[in-house]
Amino acid sequence: MAPPRPIDGTLLKQGAEAHVYKSTFLLPNLPCLIKIRPTKPYRHATLDIRLTKHRCVSEARLLNRCRSMGVLCPAVYFVDEKRGEIIMEWIEGPSVRDFLHNYMDDASNPSKDEPKIIDVRLDALMENIGLTIGKLHDIDIIHGDLTTSNLMVKSRGTPDARASDSTDTSLADSDVVLIDFGLGQVSSSDEDKAVDLYVLERAFLSTHPRATRLFNIIIDSYKRNCLGSAVVLRRLQEVRLRGRKKSMLG
Amino acid sequence: MTIAIGLEGSANKLGVGIIRHTPSKPAEILSNIRHTFVSPPGEGFLPKDTAIHHRSWVVNLVKQALKESGVTVREVDCICYTKGPGMGAPLQSVAVAARTLALLWDKPLVGVNHCVGHIEMGREITGADNPVVLYVSGGNTQVIAYADQRYRIFGEALDIAIGNCLDRFARTLNISNDPAPGYNIEQMAKRGKHLIDIPYTVKGMDCSFSGILGFIDAYAGEMLSGAEKRDPETGNLITPEDLCFSLQETAFAMLVEITERAMAHVGSTQVLIVGGVGCNERLQEMMGIMARDRGGSVYATDERFCIDNGIMIAHAGLLAFQTGFTTPIDDSTCTQRFRTDEVFVKWRD
Repeated sequence: MAPPRPIDGTLLKQGAEAHVYKSTFLLPNLPCLIKIRPTKPYRHATLDIRLTKHRCVSEARLLNRCRSMGVLCPAVYFVDEKRGEIIMEWIEGPSVRDFLHNYMDDASNPSKDEPKIIDVRLDALMENIGLTIGKLHDIDIIHGDLTTSNLMVKSRGTPDARASDSTDTSLADSDVVLIDFGLGQVSSSDEDKAVDLYVLERAFLSTHPRATRLFNIIIDSYKRNCLGSAVVLRRLQEVRLRGRKKSMLG
Repeated sequence: MTIAIGLEGSANKLGVGIIRHTPSKPAEILSNIRHTFVSPPGEGFLPKDTAIHHRSWVVNLVKQALKESGVTVREVDCICYTKGPGMGAPLQSVAVAARTLALLWDKPLVGVNHCVGHIEMGREITGADNPVVLYVSGGNTQVIAYADQRYRIFGEALDIAIGNCLDRFARTLNISNDPAPGYNIEQMAKRGKHLIDIPYTVKGMDCSFSGILGFIDAYAGEMLSGAEKRDPETGNLITPEDLCFSLQETAFAMLVEITERAMAHVGSTQVLIVGGVGCNERLQEMMGIMARDRGGSVYATDERFCIDNGIMIAHAGLLAFQTGFTTPIDDSTCTQRFRTDEVFVKWRD
């Protein structure tokens, strides 16, 4: 692996797998995101090199494929798989996770408690998430790590509108952008798609325990918008049972 | 001051432990003894035989635990037993023993979730306050974090548990089950040098071990039937030790990765490893390196608490008992399937 070199940018996040920096690409006014997969000293060097290279290349390919098929995700500007580095488009906006947390924590919000959440704007966002994942699966891409942190809410509005408080942004004018394809793969298997949804379900309900109703909207929208949804959702039932009822000893 | 006796027998270990809780003091372990049913090499432990083992040892163990603790029956406040999850027949034989003691001594019963027992004991022993928990054993592989009165499962093995994968691989190689197959794999892995290319399957915070087991079983099968396997780089022969090494390096890297993901997700820097596989020092070492990189630390216990034991059942049971929880004798059943997140954790904020 090539030696690390200093990154010209601000470290935004030390995620589990990658370090993410904000910087600019070519022009001082073109913001970009640099994603670097550092060496993981806990794992065997051979395994580390194999995984890092594979994930970097695979992520860049998946991003390109999504973009060319009309699924919203960051555009890839530059890839250096030896360093485990991808430079990509900067997506402005909160993650769905932060968005929901802000929303739930906002005391002024009348619909704070789960049974009362009947906010059409929130429903529209969930609808949009289901649609986006449906499109993704229809082009046979498995995200591999669907969590609310990997879904961004991007405003379609003017920069002025974007600058205002994110919770107030009109959600009808927002897009859902998928990020972090590090564990993604191309697959047409119903099993893989069902597991993809199962991962989202578990992440969603454990991160937002009081938002079961919202998750159901996502699944509903997926059902209507994804061509192969019937088979995948049937499979999802099986995957759920496997996780819940497999024999658990010891 | 309250005292509980705990009975555990969800798999091949029968454990009896006695614990004392005194307000604002650490829990005192008065006794913690165990007897393990060891099956011959190449074989797993069958429910029927394991239940017979538990039935024939439980009276001895309870007597011995009481004697060691110096506690009289009169001082015991409640009898805790493993309600599940686990193997049906062994669970039943221990539940019968617990019910008998409850009626004989006229004490309340407390049914305990086995996984919650592991977590609470790990927290008590290590002092880890609010860690992400990796629970790895013969039957369970779960990444757990506490939120809103429940231990929530963030990630888990989608098919077989890590311990099951190790145990079954040990059977293929005819590795001894004494003291435990995983322990013997760990010792062999220390002598392994070559890393063979094994499937690596992480899906979000979940992982899968069945592909690994299938692959390495087939690989070992070819080796056992006389095929020569060589390392592509050095040309050296691949040994059974190399297989153990490769299996551990790959499977544990997956476990550390999903744990790190959960830590990043919930914003925690502490990690606690519990369950039988948690004794493995290579796993603890890898987890430690990862946690240090994140500015945190790893908490692990030794075999007395990692491997199934009675004291963790006594401890978790007593925590619930102190909040007013008891299991009426009519409801004192056991169940093979009992999710960690089904338990309402009343004793934590």
